[in-house]
Amino acid sequence: MTISIDPQKTNNESLQPKGWLRYFSFSLDHKVIGIQYLVCGFLFYLIGGTLASAIRIELASPMSDFMPRDVYNQVLTLHGTIMIFLWIVPVVNGAFGNYLIPFYVGARDMAFPRLNAVAFWLIPPSGLMLVASYFVEGAAQAGWTAYPPLSITTPQSGQIIWILSVLLLGGSSIFGGINFIATIIKLRRPGLKLMQLPMYCWAMLGTSLLVVLSTPVLAGTLILLSFDIIAKTGFFNPVLGGNVVVYQHLFWFYSHPAVYIMVLPAFGLVSEILPVHARKPLFGYTTMVFSIMGIVVLGLVVWAHHMFTSGTPPWMRLFFTIATAFIAVPTGIKFFNWVATLWGGKISINSAILFSCGFIINFVFGGITGVALAQVPFDIHVHDTYFVVAHFHYIVYGGTVFIIFSSIYHWFPKVTGKMLNEKLGILHFIITFIGFNLCFAPQHWLGLNGMPRRVAEYDPQFQFVNQISSLGALMMAISTIPFLINVFHSLRNGRDAGDNPWDALTPEWLTSSPPPVENWEGEAPLVEEPYGYGKQFSEQNKNI
Amino acid sequence: MLNKNFYLILIISLVFAISFWIGLNVNLLPAEASINAPIYDELFKILFIIGLIIFIGMTIAVIYSLFKFRKRNDQIGDGIALEGNLSLEIIWTIIPSIIVLLIGLYSYNIYDRMGGMKELNHNHEMMSSNSEKIWAGISQTSDNEISKNNLSIEVSAMQFAFLFNYPKGNFISGELHVPVDQKVSMKMESKDVIHAFWVPEFRIKQDIIPGQPTILNFTPTKVGKYPIICAELCGPYHGGMRASIIVEEESDYNDWFNKNKKTEVNL
Repeated sequence: MTISIDPQKTNNESLQPKGWLRYFSFSLDHKVIGIQYLVCGFLFYLIGGTLASAIRIELASPMSDFMPRDVYNQVLTLHGTIMIFLWIVPVVNGAFGNYLIPFYVGARDMAFPRLNAVAFWLIPPSGLMLVASYFVEGAAQAGWTAYPPLSITTPQSGQIIWILSVLLLGGSSIFGGINFIATIIKLRRPGLKLMQLPMYCWAMLGTSLLVVLSTPVLAGTLILLSFDIIAKTGFFNPVLGGNVVVYQHLFWFYSHPAVYIMVLPAFGLVSEILPVHARKPLFGYTTMVFSIMGIVVLGLVVWAHHMFTSGTPPWMRLFFTIATAFIAVPTGIKFFNWVATLWGGKISINSAILFSCGFIINFVFGGITGVALAQVPFDIHVHDTYFVVAHFHYIVYGGTVFIIFSSIYHWFPKVTGKMLNEKLGILHFIITFIGFNLCFAPQHWLGLNGMPRRVAEYDPQFQFVNQISSLGALMMAISTIPFLINVFHSLRNGRDAGDNPWDALTPEWLTSSPPPVENWEGEAPLVEEPYGYGKQFSEQNKNI
Repeated sequence: MLNKNFYLILIISLVFAISFWIGLNVNLLPAEASINAPIYDELFKILFIIGLIIFIGMTIAVIYSLFKFRKRNDQIGDGIALEGNLSLEIIWTIIPSIIVLLIGLYSYNIYDRMGGMKELNHNHEMMSSNSEKIWAGISQTSDNEISKNNLSIEVSAMQFAFLFNYPKGNFISGELHVPVDQKVSMKMESKDVIHAFWVPEFRIKQDIIPGQPTILNFTPTKVGKYPIICAELCGPYHGGMRASIIVEEESDYNDWFNKNKKTEVNL
């Protein structure tokens, strides 16, 4: 099989608009598509964050007094759906994957540039459709899990638009996954071995395998659910003899791997960021690769731990407990390796490394509560409570979103040729870190003591702790301001970054910043040691 | 070198001491009011202590690295070119594996003590002869046991209320009254969407599913009034779907039962 990587053929440069208009076009350039994913995802992050603020305002008082109850359920449904399907999954896979993977494998673009553009352009319309469904007859209000029979009995138009939107986003995700697998396997520059790839490639390979294996199951499930809603079939409708627990199995067969689709790429990104700023090789490359693949395999066989109270047979509970808890082993290896990467380095204390270290601390905490939740008897008390809400925000916000910010601080100079302001960056980190922990740490206590999730009203004894949590949410909202000021100010007036401000060794830095359309002026460089820090230096010393 | 090891051991013992102290002295859980609750709290304490050791240890390691190995202004060049250490990696693969396995076995033991692993022999027969499937929650018993000496109650959940049917008294109550120290067996079914029966003070929860009855058993140990909370999103008034369980002395319970029994029979 021959694959053309000739930029003249794949990019049709003469037909593409230049300058900022590129970002509004059906561009085939992987770098443009990466930025499209990032900016589009960030806009939806602001929408999802606004919805989160609305939830925290409602919960500042025990009564349901800020918005109507059904609107509250629409808000929490849209908050979850937007944050997962329109912010974290597209950004951590689509944005950074598209921008970095071709550089890392030494290609001039992705394997299928047109499919890539299609995958991105599915996102804005389905996102807008989802948000707009609020103005039709009210948005979906059955939670992002859309459990039947609730999802069958709530107003139909919102639920159907939700299904359509998630199907399109799932399709986009599958297109992206196929593209990443093909690019990493088939488009590697001659001479570049798999075990020489930067760790993010391995993370994206694992993630894409999960996307391709599990997303079709979600698609099939949601199509059956839409049949139940529109055509009154009885797959999941107990009135017609359907089985509601089967839906939960099918749903979580995708949606648990979805957690790894959200965190594995972040594991890859942090593996790129830490060695550069600690000036040390990534500790334990081979075990990192094996632990990614271990997480992929285990991640596919743990879904029923979301259903310990759904009436699953005892043997099933036992199996899923052990399988789930064992994910802590490969995940733990990665965290120990990152700390070992920092150990003995010469660490530049900057926004990128602070957000990465914040990620390590938050994620370790979320991982510990995760192992506890895997234990059936533990889970039976706290399932569907604020303990679980706190746990998964520690994973997806304290984990992945921290890494998204860390990555923006790390790669902003690459994309724009300008440096971000470090003082504003550190201010951003401090407010985010304190606000995040203030918001979510107290929620563990709320869950243990009797506050279920997805409620608009609660026992007045929880008011004070909820107000602390809302205060944390306010800080998180405020933390966006220094970040946005920083980005807009630095785009215009930022210090020139030069081509490689961090003296990094991974291939994307071995070209100009911002890079040319064909990525490298000449041949793509062969980077055999993307983490060879300390080596050149000692070799130079030997020569002297 | 001896000095370095001394400080390392000192810090590790401090982390252990602090974690044990917090784990044993800080109570994050509500009152214990069923025989499940002390068993649950034992598991919670162990997981809390192990979790604290790992969390405090990792946090110290990260903050110490940032401080100790930060790049000083006069420094140039890279850190040491250390790419890995096989024995270290083996250690931090095997130790977590053992911890996770031990936690798993221990929680299996806890689950068994809560009655979660009991076989539903009788129900299996029922499943083959009868199309009705019964799935059990925690503390399950077989059907014969239920009929013999337990207080059995039929729970139906609907948007947005729980109804408790006392078959022996032939009446329905919106409040769940149970005598203290006596095993209660509940067969639960939903009339519309999925709900869940949760009593935080009992540390038990079970979904109530339409079309699929579930069983939940518990033994209250402390007289008092506790909230019953719906824990599964069931519609706009989900947050308001609450009821009360009143655990009372047997004589009080009998009074309440007989009072209701009479009025219902007249109807």
